[in-house]
Amino acid sequence: MSIIQLNQVSRHFTKGRQKVEVLNDLDLEIEEGDFLALMGPSGSGKTTLLNLIGGLDQPTAGSVEVAGQQLVGLSSRKLAQWRSRNIGFIFQFYNLLPILSARRNVELPLLLTRLGGRQRRRNADVALAIVGLGDRAGHKPGELSGGQQQRVAIARAIVADPRILVCDEPTGDLDRETADEILDLLELLNREHGKTIIMVTHDPKAATHARRTLYLDKGSLVREAA
Amino acid sequence: MNSFSLIWSNLFRRRVRTFLTLFSIIAAFLLFGLLRSVADAFDSGVEVAGVDRLTVSPKYSIIDGLPVSHMSQILAMPGVAGVTHSTWFGGTYQSTANFFPKFPVEPRAYFEMFDEYIIDPAQLDEFERIRTAAVAPADLAEEYGWQVGDRIPIEGDIWLREDGSRRWEFELVGTYRIRDDENMFAGFLFNYDYFDEARIPETEGIISNFSVRVSNPDEAAEVSARIDARFENSINPTRTATEAEANRQFAAQVGDIGLIMNSILSAVFFTILLLTGNTMAQALRERVPELAVLKTLGFTDRRVALLVLLESVLLCGIGGALGIALATLILGAIAPDLAAFLGQVEMSAMTTFGGLGIAVLLGIVVGLNPALSARRLQVVEALRR
Repeated sequence: MSIIQLNQVSRHFTKGRQKVEVLNDLDLEIEEGDFLALMGPSGSGKTTLLNLIGGLDQPTAGSVEVAGQQLVGLSSRKLAQWRSRNIGFIFQFYNLLPILSARRNVELPLLLTRLGGRQRRRNADVALAIVGLGDRAGHKPGELSGGQQQRVAIARAIVADPRILVCDEPTGDLDRETADEILDLLELLNREHGKTIIMVTHDPKAATHARRTLYLDKGSLVREAA
Repeated sequence: MNSFSLIWSNLFRRRVRTFLTLFSIIAAFLLFGLLRSVADAFDSGVEVAGVDRLTVSPKYSIIDGLPVSHMSQILAMPGVAGVTHSTWFGGTYQSTANFFPKFPVEPRAYFEMFDEYIIDPAQLDEFERIRTAAVAPADLAEEYGWQVGDRIPIEGDIWLREDGSRRWEFELVGTYRIRDDENMFAGFLFNYDYFDEARIPETEGIISNFSVRVSNPDEAAEVSARIDARFENSINPTRTATEAEANRQFAAQVGDIGLIMNSILSAVFFTILLLTGNTMAQALRERVPELAVLKTLGFTDRRVALLVLLESVLLCGIGGALGIALATLILGAIAPDLAAFLGQVEMSAMTTFGGLGIAVLLGIVVGLNPALSARRLQVVEALRR
């Protein structure tokens, strides 16, 4: 059963008088529980595709249906609410709030739920335990290594139990060993917790952790590897 | 964690900057509290003074003076139940820092006129009997450690003695208190006869103003008009008003107190507006990617804008509240020193809540633009920064 379906999706940007076509008539279907790696050269449209799936951007043309919701035409407010329920984001540079402890960073998405303070804290602790950072809950990002910060970011992404994790170069800022740990963790979340994961990466070794890999070039899918 | 703690954490992410801004806001609202309270004290004197008494002053300026001979003519007028007079003496006791009003008065007539001043009858007799006698408000005597029998030297500045000297000396024969702590200009009182005989002859018979008790307060306006009409064409025309109005006019000699205070405060708040506005704008610029992350997580545009706005309101609110609280403490400490000139000086509820209201408004004005910018922030664009 597909959880993500893109039909005839195009995305154009305008730079001055110049029209830049980033995605062209792209069709894509991703099954629930899949772990998909998106590869391709810089500027091929990987992040734009990720943003469309994550409801951060709207296509110029075509339809984007994710988790049973047609995203095209949704208001900014509705999209935000939808994201909070369905998508977990993991970025290359972690994007944690430096002023908050690991626990509080993880708690952030739960502020948008109706959970009470104690329950939010408990859920955050569980998420941190899943990523192996239960003992670092009180540390601020500046006091953690890159790999640990990315684990906190993953805990934040999963704490509200979204069905889809959207990862933009999640190991791009990490050394090989730490990157493998993070990728193992993503694999675990996919395999054991049933999360659908779409991961943009430049790293062919990272892509081997995914169930399948799609290659983008100049805004079009050029090939697929299992 | 909740939204408030998120705002709180953001507020103190750069502590030095936040504390410096906070101190500026505290200073502004401290100034606000003190200046507004002083301005209120001027107004307060106007409101408290009674309307059964009138004050007759020189028509054009308080420095002109009036001849004491007007008194018998005023007393003879219909509707007048009693008259006495007082004169602004000025002068210095030991140091210019020791300010309190001093008036030569007719002892018995003055205490009959101002029946809210309570004095021991025996002391009043002494005050009337001894030429160099003086009486003082009990709290003033306590402040300077005066005892009955002490001799109090006053260095004259307006009024010189006949021999050209400035030194006046009085014997304290009693103290008086003010019933119900009414907000009056209670002063150091001494015997007019001694003052009049001892001052240089050219100034003899000149007093500052008359206090007139009217038979019927409802006729105060008619009596007032009658007195002024009587002296309209004399070389010493008068201006008669209720004590309230006289107090207000006295204050107005300095200038429009309210306008002066408000002008100062406007300048202060305008500066604070720019300063805090700059701080908030800077804070927003630094945080663009973080705000984008919040939006990515599902915080709506409106919610993110509200977080930014509330941060600004919180900063100004804390600064305003601390400034007002500090002003209240300081006023409490200096009020006794100001009482001699301004009467009761205290932080009114109007000033307190008005100040807090201004603080919140300041926060909204300062935070509005950053909040709108945060609302308009495009996630995809912002994440690229």
